[in-house]
Amino acid sequence: MKRLAASLPRTLRAWGGEGESPLLPEARLSGPMPWVIAIMIALTVVAAASALALRHAAQAASADLEGGVTVQIVSAAPAERQRQAEAALAVLSRAPGVLSAAAVPQDQLNALVEPWLGTRTGDDLDDLPIPALIDVRLAGAATPPRLTALRTAVVAKAPAARVDAQSSWLAPVFRAIGALQWAAGGLIALFAFATVSAVLLAARNALGTHRETIEIVHMLGATDVQIARVFQRSMATDAAMGGVVGLLAGVITVLGLGRQFAALGSGMVAQGSLAWTDWVVLAGIPIAGVLLVMVTARLTVLSALRRMV
Amino acid sequence: MNQPAAEIVQFDNVGLRYGAGREVLADVSFTLYPGCFYFLTGASGAGKTSLLKLLYLAGRPSRGLIRMFGTDAITLPRERLPGFRRRIGVVFQDFRLVPHLSAWDNVALPLRVAGQSEKDIAKPVSDMLEWVGLGDRFQARPATLSGGEQQRVAIARAVIARPDILVADEPTGNVDPDMAIKLLRLFESLNRLGTTVVVATHDLHLIRKVPDSLIMRLDKGKLADPTGALRYPPRRPIEGGSAPDSLIGPGPAGGNLLP
Repeated sequence: MKRLAASLPRTLRAWGGEGESPLLPEARLSGPMPWVIAIMIALTVVAAASALALRHAAQAASADLEGGVTVQIVSAAPAERQRQAEAALAVLSRAPGVLSAAAVPQDQLNALVEPWLGTRTGDDLDDLPIPALIDVRLAGAATPPRLTALRTAVVAKAPAARVDAQSSWLAPVFRAIGALQWAAGGLIALFAFATVSAVLLAARNALGTHRETIEIVHMLGATDVQIARVFQRSMATDAAMGGVVGLLAGVITVLGLGRQFAALGSGMVAQGSLAWTDWVVLAGIPIAGVLLVMVTARLTVLSALRRMV
Repeated sequence: MNQPAAEIVQFDNVGLRYGAGREVLADVSFTLYPGCFYFLTGASGAGKTSLLKLLYLAGRPSRGLIRMFGTDAITLPRERLPGFRRRIGVVFQDFRLVPHLSAWDNVALPLRVAGQSEKDIAKPVSDMLEWVGLGDRFQARPATLSGGEQQRVAIARAVIARPDILVADEPTGNVDPDMAIKLLRLFESLNRLGTTVVVATHDLHLIRKVPDSLIMRLDKGKLADPTGALRYPPRRPIEGGSAPDSLIGPGPAGGNLLP
């Protein structure tokens, strides 16, 4: 911590040795660089956290629904509906690969339609022709061939039956999640590009400011790599400071957003929480940022120095 | 034991022009040997600074051949330039001190560039500053130093790493006569250790102080060499073992230039 505190004034060390004087004088070698990096890192952390959470939500939902099949008995006559439901259940209980098949109780069906139809006194939902639902769990995924075979068997005994894979209901949602993940990846790439551009400009600006000093140390026999290392260290320090601030800001934002989404009480959103491995990935973003900045600064400075005497 | 010395610098029909302008140096040919002391003279605009720039590898000629330390300096790859430059000490006419560094740090720069440890450079730098009379001003920045003091810092920086060639452009122009003589003695001491010294100056009084020196006179970009002695000089031996105490030391690798 003492060493870290000593480095905070961000004076540039000549060649990195203890007690050396700064080769380049500007404590603010790269001006607003730490803040630019902080903003980029914070935005990257939020984008990455969103992508990871969406991936989790999609994976959890997909796993839940993978072997799920819904059988609806769509018949207006309650007695016929009941008869076909029982017939379908009988077929399903004997069908190969079916782990379980259970009729959804009436009170649960009522609860499903309650948000739309209400529960006013005197309402009798039993009079409504709500389809009978059978929740079926298959061993393995509900692939189209298995679904077709199941549909054929059920419809033979219950003509009013509609057999659907549960995942098909959420297919548009999965597609949207996939698109959002790609968008998050694109944003991260854009942030990285913006960071590289900012470092490039800052490095060129710093080179211009210190051109005379660079020429002098060149004449004294300094190599391009020695000079580039000075800039590289300065920018890495900027990036590290910005990275820490950006990570903190990003994590606070992610936690705040997580709390807001958790308050929605939606099962799918709740499954989008981050695992500890995700937090490790997020913590690695500033490190990746520092490396990106160092490499960019080094290549920029070396390229510019090659054009000098 | 005396032994013939190989040439350290060789210019052969060197010409230099900036852009599309006229040649500021034309058909310049000479050979420098280790341990020789050269004065470069000539009127203002004769091309002295341009010639020195070629000598300290700050530029490449428009034509001709330059060999330094036995290597073609014109086709020298960029990555080998630092190694050559570390063997050349330069006193710039405008001093070219690093403005934000103290006198001490400016003098220490060549040793730091060469990768010497802080422990090894502390004493030589302090001694050198003491010797040029700036021991009490080691913390001063160039802007707070007088012209003469800046010049002494520049000279200390040029000689601290005990270069093979010392190139000095009007090195005594801003110091009083006593200090000028003292600095000249430093150059001579370095020269006796084998360093080739090239001093550009207008000061005839200074030239007379070094009777063994060779004179290179530039006139409108051409080197006056009526006898051919500069181009084909008689080989002279390295004079070893006669260095004054002030310069006896283990050399750049060992650190001490001054006791």
